[in-house]
Amino acid sequence: MKVTIDGIEIDVPKGTTILQAARMIGHEVAPPTMCYYSSLKTSGGYCRTCIVKVTQGSTANPTPMPKPVASCRTEVMDGMVVENTINKDVLEARKGVVEFLLMNHPLDCPVCDQAGECSLQDLGYEHGAATTRYEFPRREFERIDIGKYVQLHMNRCIMCFRCVKVAEQLTDNRVHGVMHRGDAAEISTYIENVIENDMSGNVIDVCPVGALTDKTFRFKSRVWFTKPVDATCDCKKCSGKVRLWMKGEEVLRVTARKDQWGEAEEFICNTCRFEKKKVSDWKIEGPSQIHRSSVISQNHYNHLNELKVQVMKQQKALGFIPINKRP
Amino acid sequence: MGRKLLIHNDHVPNIHTLEVYRAHGGYASVEKALKTMQPDQVTDEVKKSGLRGRGGAGFPTGMKWSFLAKPEGVPRYLVCNADESEPGTFKDRYLMEKIPHALIEGMITSSFALGAKQSYIYIRGEYFYVARIVEAAIAEAYAAGLLGKNILGTDFSHDCSVQVGGGAYICGEETALLESLEGKRGNPRIKPPFPAVAGLWGCPTVVNNVETIAAVVPIVNMGGEEYAKIGVGKSTGTKLISASGHINKPGVYEIELGITVEDFIYSDEYCGGIRNGKKLKAVVAGGSSVPILPTELILKTAKGEPRLMTYESLSDGGFATGTMLGSGGFIAMDEDTSIVKNLFTFSRFYHHESCGQCSPCREGTGWMEKILKKFLDGTANESDVDLLWDIQSKIEGKTICPLGEAAAWPVAAAIRHFKHEFIEIAQKKKFVDISHYDRLNKIRA
Amino acid sequence: MSSQVHGAQKFDKAKRAETVFSEEAMKTAQTIISRYPEGKQKSALLPILHLAQAEFGGWLSPETMDYVASILKIRPVEVFEVASFYTMYNLKPMGKCVLEVCQTSSCWLNGAEDIVKYIEKKLNIKVGETTKDGMFSLKVAECLGSCGTAPMLQCGASYHENLTYEKVDAILETYKNEGRLRSYTDLDYKNTL
Repeated sequence: MKVTIDGIEIDVPKGTTILQAARMIGHEVAPPTMCYYSSLKTSGGYCRTCIVKVTQGSTANPTPMPKPVASCRTEVMDGMVVENTINKDVLEARKGVVEFLLMNHPLDCPVCDQAGECSLQDLGYEHGAATTRYEFPRREFERIDIGKYVQLHMNRCIMCFRCVKVAEQLTDNRVHGVMHRGDAAEISTYIENVIENDMSGNVIDVCPVGALTDKTFRFKSRVWFTKPVDATCDCKKCSGKVRLWMKGEEVLRVTARKDQWGEAEEFICNTCRFEKKKVSDWKIEGPSQIHRSSVISQNHYNHLNELKVQVMKQQKALGFIPINKRP
Repeated sequence: MGRKLLIHNDHVPNIHTLEVYRAHGGYASVEKALKTMQPDQVTDEVKKSGLRGRGGAGFPTGMKWSFLAKPEGVPRYLVCNADESEPGTFKDRYLMEKIPHALIEGMITSSFALGAKQSYIYIRGEYFYVARIVEAAIAEAYAAGLLGKNILGTDFSHDCSVQVGGGAYICGEETALLESLEGKRGNPRIKPPFPAVAGLWGCPTVVNNVETIAAVVPIVNMGGEEYAKIGVGKSTGTKLISASGHINKPGVYEIELGITVEDFIYSDEYCGGIRNGKKLKAVVAGGSSVPILPTELILKTAKGEPRLMTYESLSDGGFATGTMLGSGGFIAMDEDTSIVKNLFTFSRFYHHESCGQCSPCREGTGWMEKILKKFLDGTANESDVDLLWDIQSKIEGKTICPLGEAAAWPVAAAIRHFKHEFIEIAQKKKFVDISHYDRLNKIRA
Repeated sequence: MSSQVHGAQKFDKAKRAETVFSEEAMKTAQTIISRYPEGKQKSALLPILHLAQAEFGGWLSPETMDYVASILKIRPVEVFEVASFYTMYNLKPMGKCVLEVCQTSSCWLNGAEDIVKYIEKKLNIKVGETTKDGMFSLKVAECLGSCGTAPMLQCGASYHENLTYEKVDAILETYKNEGRLRSYTDLDYKNTL
């Protein structure tokens, strides 16, 4: 199936979503995501940051779609034409979504362990306005304790539902979920309860903000002062393929390895994540490959580079400058 | 007098009982459909009738039915949306309470057309007593062989039961309703897939409003073509209108689509004019979510033609000068009404009813309510009007389900047509609730 | 929402052990469950929560919800999620009669605020509070579908419509004399048009 995104055409298999197709082209045209997560079924569609405009539905039915669509949950049709970063309305709508997401966010980045690898920081920087127009007190939730490994800061949550899907799809006993509704909705166990499960630590990796952080790493270091190293171990519960975040010879934190879209390549178990904090626990593979360039390195799309230059010219005309994305 | 097809017998004593209902011609459509028609013929009649969904969206019912996927060996369901919660709308409650068998008859006939062996009537939780009435009617229908195995001795078997909700406006959105019917939070699903392909428990499902299903009864009885003769253009048949606000005779009226709005408001057959000799100021014609219109635009279109009670005429002029028929929740406001405060009650409502799934609605509805509260407190600035406008524009069309639009449209329309009221409050830094001076005592006096 | 609770609630195992439906309620629960296909018993959650709320004192304690989860063979968190989503489930103890006054548009146009003020003054409580004797709780509600008969209040299964101060007096008097818990599931609903 052929789909054109921001003027760049690409051939994709049936069942591919607009977001996946855009990611195949590269960072220049890929919409940002806050709630979608490739490896979590039924994720996506909630945050609305990835909305795009479909200006032609398909070759068979060229009518444009009346409203912007969530690119993560919309499958491409043959001949579909999509506008993302070159459409003023999309950029404006996205700016609105960022404002809504930040409206009640505490902006406590200086004391937040997620700072430096926070999707909301990136999103705000790339797509948001410099100031807020919200003048009312920000929403606050009562703190609850969910166990010795994971710290829940509900005030920072943006309701992506990823952590609930991790519990639902990776563990056999979900004890936390979404309570209440509307802007009072919160991630909670409702009753005094701890999230105890071999895979529960993955909620930290999937959390796009600092709402779920690693208690064993709490306030130990800013992430940019630690050095990521890929390592493995023999683990019966998971693949044992992890990323160590080191300061000197010290392992400060263990996470899953994340791909260029910030998503865990393979989920890891709690033993690997929380209990193996000695270098001797691990077989070091070497420094992690961190992509600083925004160009996807898949060779077969190299011919697109010239087209991308065109896209970036149009983006610039609209005042939109994409930042390099992590990792 | 206009023709009535749905509630023409609402004055008959004990019409809620099967005996009286049948004595007045009830269940003829079941007899006719099951014994003399093929399922597709029933669907054809509905198509010919031009019936449009009466819940608010106005989508052609026959077309909706024809979208229903029919894979072998997979059950299909009919679900009745009786989660009537749109402010200003109470017609479904009236119909179910007065003539519950009209709904059940429609459920059986419609299920026959769709090949559904099981149907559910999802009634909003607050209407618990209405659910009791419908349940009692269902029990009567079972006892009379109108539900259950081999209905009226035919091959068609069907079970129907009631499910009550728990209090959530959003469950009126069909996919949220299905989630709720599955015992979950009423979060709207992301579409596609649509319920016609994957609905209740992943099976093909048709969700129709109470009035839509009840309208299938006269359509089958009189034939789709006859039904389509009533009304104007693509607005065929009759429609229940819930009339409330500052009118002399609030209540549920069955109208032939096509009467003038003026006639509806002022004639004695319907609303009987504005109460206490006051003048009409504005009307919300189709439930809280549709744009409010000032008197001059609700009575006449921008072209100066009389505005009719039809889908097309009410939306004539687009949102710039028009509105929508919606669910038929008709709220009339007199000259003393503060549009700003009325809007505040709507915005508070949508904030309260947002499910919280997607960010623009979760955050935006509360924000709009807070800004409107500033107007009531007399602390708003003129710039707040522009901010409100901008927020609503950033919610509209950006959300998973239509609650986003429902919350945005009333704000946009109030600013579009009554901006001066907002500005005046902002300039005077004072809100005087002229519409609210112990109205209760005034009414009794 | 006045019936909401936040933070992590205590869970009392002893209280949970005592939480069991009466035989009659259990029969009703089984009838409700039988309306859904095999394996889809979770669908019965909303109606059974109504039943449980009526059975166990007019509110849903964590123990009650845990019990409901066990009947439907679902996880307790699924019940917490659902119960806290819908407005009709009280997550904390309420008065025997919960008065819910509709405040949306048509009701406001017809003086709902006066009704609220009148009840506040008469019962000496504010919205969201319960009288000292535990008889009445006052809530405001969003549109209850009684716009043509505004203003109105709901108490349990009953809709009280076209309210005047005198009608409110009579309603409170009647309920106080009856002195029993009013539930949405009550069979003796009255629709005082």
